[in-house]
Amino acid sequence: MKILKLFFIIFFIFYFNHLGANTDDMKIKITKNLRCLICQGQSVYDSDSEFANSMKVLVDKKLNEGFSEKQIYNFFKEKYGEWILYDPELNKNTYILWLLPILIFLIGGAIVIKNFKIRK
Amino acid sequence: MNNKALKITTIAIFIIIFIVFYKALQDTNIYTPKKKSNNEIPSFSTNLFYSNKKINSSELFKLDKFYLLNIWSSWCVPCRTEHPLLMDLTKNKKIEIIGLNYKDKKNSAENFLNELGNPYQEIIFDKEGINAIEWGAFGVPESFLINDGKVIKKYIGPLNKELVEEIRLLIK
Repeated sequence: MKILKLFFIIFFIFYFNHLGANTDDMKIKITKNLRCLICQGQSVYDSDSEFANSMKVLVDKKLNEGFSEKQIYNFFKEKYGEWILYDPELNKNTYILWLLPILIFLIGGAIVIKNFKIRK
Repeated sequence: MNNKALKITTIAIFIIIFIVFYKALQDTNIYTPKKKSNNEIPSFSTNLFYSNKKINSSELFKLDKFYLLNIWSSWCVPCRTEHPLLMDLTKNKKIEIIGLNYKDKKNSAENFLNELGNPYQEIIFDKEGINAIEWGAFGVPESFLINDGKVIKKYIGPLNKELVEEIRLLIK
């Protein structure tokens, strides 16, 4: 019986520890994708500025309130614009950013294939 | 002929890349946000500085008049330089100044106001700096001109004589 109790205690400790770790992982993931707007090339996660520290507190608060990752991104986007995200979404302002590499890849591929055929 | 076209295309691509990079070099790499104009004021619960009473931020801007929300802190040096201008602006009865005390110690903030005067009708106490983020602010000092529940102008950095004059003209 004692062993069973001990087992349950260990199980609960690990279970809640895991839950806490999930929230922490999410917080790290979100803050790594948020740009510190007053720093040079640093994410909110990397920065220790007043602004970044407040952002970290707010992300934590929003996660505790039950906000999803996307809702948190939308909240910050509404306040500071698309620029705050390191991973911008595909929309009319960012489509060149997303499509240009694919376009360059296709053009480059076409040139390579064409050259290859000419040599043959 | 094909070889010539390839050369021209390659040179054209390099020229385009050069122009893009050269132009980017001229730009400042400090992000300046889009100025919020005709934007609704944010609504969030917050604590008042003196009474510690919990209120909704929008309750402070109920009346159909002009407000200036000023983000300040006792440790912020530029806030000291703009403070006399805010004191001067209080003489204008068309505008009310609301303060947002940013990441400050209550004692230090009180000393600051005792020393330089209190231009604020009401002060929000933002100990963690999260209320300032609700306003889309970057730090201190920053000011928002509000009318009819909307932000009509945002001032990043300390106010100076010219900007205060501009505020005076806007609320005329």
